[in-house]
Formats: sequence, C-alpha cells, structure tokens
Amino acid sequence: MTMSYQKRSKDQLAARVARDIPEGAVVNLGIGQPTLVANHIPKEREVLLHSENGLLGMGPAPAAGQEDYDLINAGKQPVTLLPGGSFFHHTDSFAMMRGGHLDICVLGAFQVSATGDLANWHTGEKDAIPAVGGAMDLAVGAKQTWVMMDLLTKQGESKIVPACTYPLTGMACVKRVYTDLCTLDCTPQGLRLVDLVEGLTHADLEKMIGLPIAH
Amino acid sequence: MINKIATSVAEALAGVPDGATVMIGGFGTAGIPNELIDGLIEQGAKDLTVVNNNAGNGDTGLAALLATGRVRKIICSFPRQADSHVFDGLYRSGRLELELVPQGNLSERIRAAGAGIGAFFTPTGFGTELARNADGNPKETREINGRQYVLEYPIYGDVALIKAECGDRWGNLTYRKTARNFGPSMAMACKQTIASVHEIVELGGLDPEAIVTPAIFVSKIVKIERQATQAGGFKKAA
Repeated sequence: MTMSYQKRSKDQLAARVARDIPEGAVVNLGIGQPTLVANHIPKEREVLLHSENGLLGMGPAPAAGQEDYDLINAGKQPVTLLPGGSFFHHTDSFAMMRGGHLDICVLGAFQVSATGDLANWHTGEKDAIPAVGGAMDLAVGAKQTWVMMDLLTKQGESKIVPACTYPLTGMACVKRVYTDLCTLDCTPQGLRLVDLVEGLTHADLEKMIGLPIAH
Repeated sequence: MINKIATSVAEALAGVPDGATVMIGGFGTAGIPNELIDGLIEQGAKDLTVVNNNAGNGDTGLAALLATGRVRKIICSFPRQADSHVFDGLYRSGRLELELVPQGNLSERIRAAGAGIGAFFTPTGFGTELARNADGNPKETREINGRQYVLEYPIYGDVALIKAECGDRWGNLTYRKTARNFGPSMAMACKQTIASVHEIVELGGLDPEAIVTPAIFVSKIVKIERQATQAGGFKKAA
C-alpha cells in the first residue's frame, strides 16, 4: 500500500477548525496551537473570545510597544480588549465554563479516546512536576469541546486511542478531533468520520489509528 | 471613624501569625501584590500555607518567599513554569507540600469559604487523579441528574494579600483589567484581607455601581506607588 497524501499545515488545520465556528459563538481557545484559530476567523463573522483569567471579547495581540501586562490571556501573553469586551474575576470566569455558557472550547491533547476521553495535562512520568491549570474545567465545561492536534506522535503512533494511557483530563468530554490528516467525531459508539485529507482513504486512516471509523 | 488605610506595608502585615494560611492574588504578570509579598518576607511569619494560582517565578516575589523556607505547603493549579526553579527544588527535595487543584475548583473552593458553603459538587476533575485526597483515597462522588460530580471543600484563609487599583478608607476596591483575577474571591475567604492600591480616594469617590469588592471584605489597604506591570518572570517554555 502506498499512501500519497498532503498533511494539513498548522495554519490549514487552524483554518479548518475556524470554518466550523459559527457567527455569535462564545469560544475559548486553549494555550498553544488552538490560539492560531483566532487568525482564521473571517472578519465579518462576529465571535466572542473568552480567556479564563477574566476577559470576554478578547482582541488580537497589541502592536509592539503597546503591551499592557495587566491585560493578558491565559497563556500570559499580552492581548487587547475589543469595544464591548468585559473584565470579571476568576470565579465568574470559571462559572462561565462550568455553567455551560461557553459554546466551544478548543484544546490541544496528548491522547483522545474513541469515546472522547481526553488526556492533555500530565504525561504521568514519576519525576514530572504536575500542573493542571484550567484544563480540567475547560474540558468538561463548554457545550462542545474540540481537540486540535497532529494525529500521530513523532514516533508514528496514533494519538487517538482505544483508551488513554496518560492521566485523564476529563471523561467522554471531547466531541470532535481536528487533526493534520482528518476530522473525526467521538461518540459513545466510537469514532465517526467527518473528513480526511486528499489522497488518504478511509481504510488507510483506520489502519493508522487501529480502530473502526464509522462513516 | 472607620479608617482601614495603613500607612505602611509593615503596619498592614503586622498581625500575620505563624502557621497562617495566606492567599495571594495574581495570575501571570497581572495582580500579583509584590510589595505585600516582600513585606511578608520581612515580617517573618513562618510555617505558612500559601494559596496562589502558581508557585512563583524567577527569584523574586512568591519564589523569594518560598526560598525563605517559611512555607510548609502550597495550594495551586499550575506550579510548573519555565522558571519555577525555586518551587521545583523545594518540591523535589520534599521540603514543600503541594496540593494541586484544577483552577476553577481552586477559585470556587475559595469563593465557597467566603460564601458560607459547607462543600459543593463539581463536575471538574471527575474520573481523574485529582479526584483523590492527599492520602490517595478517592474523594466523595455523586451522580446528580445523570451527571457525575466530585465533592470539594472550601479553602479558608487567615490572610489574603491582593492587588487592587483604587480604594477608599472604608476598604471598597476597584481593580485594573485582568489584574482582578483571584482578588475578589480571596478577599471573601479570609479572616483578614490586605489590599495594595495605587490610588486612595475620598468616600464617595468610587462609583458605587463600579465597586468590585465592597468594604465588608477588606481589612486594610495600603498605597503603593504605581509601577508599570512588567513582563518578566513568565518566560515561554521551550
């Protein structure tokens, strides 16, 4: 079997995620790769970005020299506030998540199980210092939790797995996984195909992941 | 006359006892009451439990407090940073106890203490390693309306050290941008709340519709000259 397919670049993947974010949605973009999604939301589509340290209506990074270190995002990077944006304290901010008020959150992951368990906070190594931040709150709080990641590890192993071997962030909380090779839904019955990159077949993908994928 | 204005950091912190649980506000660069932390180091209270989102960066502020060896335990959500070497060393050598709490549970447990809530069920952390007590036994869980929840208890504090923007002699506070973060909840959860402010106004000088932390939650305020909050201390992990 020879596979000839083109992976989605990081920007193409971010654009693919952005395509599914509807007008009017309230969205939290996780630290790292998910942050890129903001660059691909069309200007005419109004989306409210939430940051868990206490702002809604987050704007892009400020121009050089305009940074205000009292105005930062969850990744501790300086940001701006759009007209209409608001500040609030941490407990209210996490109530927005846990209370189901956020429409979508987009997170990175180490592993996702076919039924939507998420592992993204800790590799479980014995001497690693654990740090969780808001990952667990985000994973279970938003109406929809999406994951964005490369499908395979550097060693070529699928990060979509029958059951997570890394410590869990949340159980059955991921609805959809966007990867450089495919988009899949996680359901109680397992994986369902949304799309895949050109040149890759459904059978190729099942072989890579090692799990059945419903159409 | 009610006057909660302290004339110096040392005066504001004079009553912090050994063994106290000290909540310290701040997230990232925003809202860290650095001058109050420095004051606490000077004041010398020991055997402390510190509650903060992080566990110090670089060698100043909270990291400097940890380096004194006067902190027994830290309760936080994200201790690991590119430059959290002071914490890392103390933790790895067993000289500092860590209670790791998901950020929203941390904030809600603090709020619950201030709001008189005995305990609460939260979905966050269910089915994870953090749904265990320090002794390794699972925390109490319950299914409510088809969803699984973990029982979490309040975190009560003796002293809150927070950074606000503007205050008055009654102790009403406003904040600046994302520097608000844990301040309002910590102010509710502690027997004593000490706030640094950059400006003190006459009573009536704060718009009552805009006061974020009402005077009832504040014990003392102390004026600190404004310095632009700096970027330092939060190097990006490689």
